[in-house]
Amino acid sequence: MKGKGFAKRLRRCWQLWVLLLPALLWLVVFCYAPMYGLLIAFKDYKANLGILMSPWAGLKYFRQFFSTDIAFRSILNTLRISVASLLWSFPAPILFALLLNQLASRRFRKFVQTVSFAPYFISAVVLVGVLTIILSPTTGFVNVFLNRFGMGRKMFMARAEYFLPVYIISGIWQSMGFNAIIYISALTTVDAQLYEAAIIDGATKLQRILYIDLPSILPTIIIMFILATGNMLTVGYEKVYLMQSSLNLSVSEIVSTYVYKVGIQGAQFSFATAVGLFNSVANFFIVFITNALARRFSSISLF
Amino acid sequence: MNQTSRDRIFNGVNAGIMVLLSVFILYPLYYILVASFTEPGIVVSGKFLLYPEKLFLDGYREIFKYKPIWSGYGNSILYTLLNVALALFTTIPAAYALSRRDMMWRRGILFLFSFTMFFSGGMIPMYLLVRNLHLLNTAWAVVLPAACSAWNLIVARTFYQSLLPEELLEAARMDGCNDFTFFFKIALPLSTTIIAVVGLFVGVSQWNAYFNALMYLSQEDKMPLQVILRNLLIINQMPEMLNDAMGADVRAKLAEQMRFGVIVVGALPLLAVYPFIQKYFAKGVMVGSLKG
Repeated sequence: MKGKGFAKRLRRCWQLWVLLLPALLWLVVFCYAPMYGLLIAFKDYKANLGILMSPWAGLKYFRQFFSTDIAFRSILNTLRISVASLLWSFPAPILFALLLNQLASRRFRKFVQTVSFAPYFISAVVLVGVLTIILSPTTGFVNVFLNRFGMGRKMFMARAEYFLPVYIISGIWQSMGFNAIIYISALTTVDAQLYEAAIIDGATKLQRILYIDLPSILPTIIIMFILATGNMLTVGYEKVYLMQSSLNLSVSEIVSTYVYKVGIQGAQFSFATAVGLFNSVANFFIVFITNALARRFSSISLF
Repeated sequence: MNQTSRDRIFNGVNAGIMVLLSVFILYPLYYILVASFTEPGIVVSGKFLLYPEKLFLDGYREIFKYKPIWSGYGNSILYTLLNVALALFTTIPAAYALSRRDMMWRRGILFLFSFTMFFSGGMIPMYLLVRNLHLLNTAWAVVLPAACSAWNLIVARTFYQSLLPEELLEAARMDGCNDFTFFFKIALPLSTTIIAVVGLFVGVSQWNAYFNALMYLSQEDKMPLQVILRNLLIINQMPEMLNDAMGADVRAKLAEQMRFGVIVVGALPLLAVYPFIQKYFAKGVMVGSLKG
């Protein structure tokens, strides 16, 4: 009975399955096959034996990872960058959207928004290239400017203490405008009657922002916050890798760049996979916890 | 102080902040552009440049003679077009199929896609997969892993759900329309927006990517523009052609100048067109946010 229903349903929508097929194939080959490949974290992977036949190694590689200094350091560095991003890069587009929304002139508003978008279209390579040039201790205009005010020349790109500020500020520079889109569009749905009532009650613009705009976009902010924590342990390694130098490695080595170095460059496949797997699982738990907390305290959640 | 004068102060301060912000965002880009045309002696003084105080074009002359830039351009165009074509081929039909309420196992399949946004095999299993498929050092290694994405699929599916009401499908069925004809004759012609959204998101991210190329490719003549730029800008590789028959100071001057020029050459194509395509990016973000 059930089998018959199955065949009937399949016959009714087989054409939809054909439309789905290319994406489904990609999903199996490029998403789920690598998940199966995670097995090698628990094995001594030998290329000639393949994933299945390579001998089991148990938790050897996880133990190895946790017995090294670099493990804690790379996890700590990843977390430090993420927390700093949540503190600075996450609120920046919200603030920007709230202020932009207050500009009276439509043309000025459009202009600023378009300008704020520009850096989003620049690659990580070009971004770091621009940083190297303008932050150069001898020829960059930033240092020449600072020097004129007696602040001295700073090795922004080389010294470890500047890595995080440079990473965060350039990140805000690059993606604030793009990340603001979602808040700007949420702000357009605010009921105009609320403003009218507030103006009659004598509310200033600042009060309208705090008591009308901000609560209106709070659900969007919470959803974006959950998504942002979902990337806590997946700091964009493309930019970090470009910004690394031997002098700032103590703060700039993150889990994913470490995986790249020992795994791809050093060909320690099983060990690097174990490190990556630990990272993915930890990441997954962070999303789940944030999501549960958000559901508990605000009834807004992702899933 | 009353309400209106407070608001006036707020407006003034706010406009000031927005102007400063625009300068903060635009000036580094403008500086690079001006510096690429300016005599290196003036550039290295580190002053704020507002216009090319002394025109100098030798840097660009060297760039146009530098072959890897052009092979990089060619490769980047090839990889980008290939990736966009693949992304549309996988995403658009699948998104339509998954937007249909009568699609079998729809929720299960959607879950399988969504799951990949929060968990993945990671770098090494992906690398081994590409290697085992014998794709290393081919264009496919760069484009196939990025051929589809759960995010784009979900955005496109949301688009179709709000675009095509059930009644339209029912009416078309009455006229003898099957799923194929409905998709190709009715859904697809209405899809230009979502095709632009998916195509542009995928195209821009492939054009700007360097890491997969670094990981999967090893020959310089296959490298996309971003890897070539990385060699010149970050690793400070000196172009070989500057080696012979030039004094060390001339060479250093030209190499310095080329760094500005390659940034312009690398970033200009997208910066020149983005004001015209930005609405599609905004659209993509907005459609994506409908479903959270």
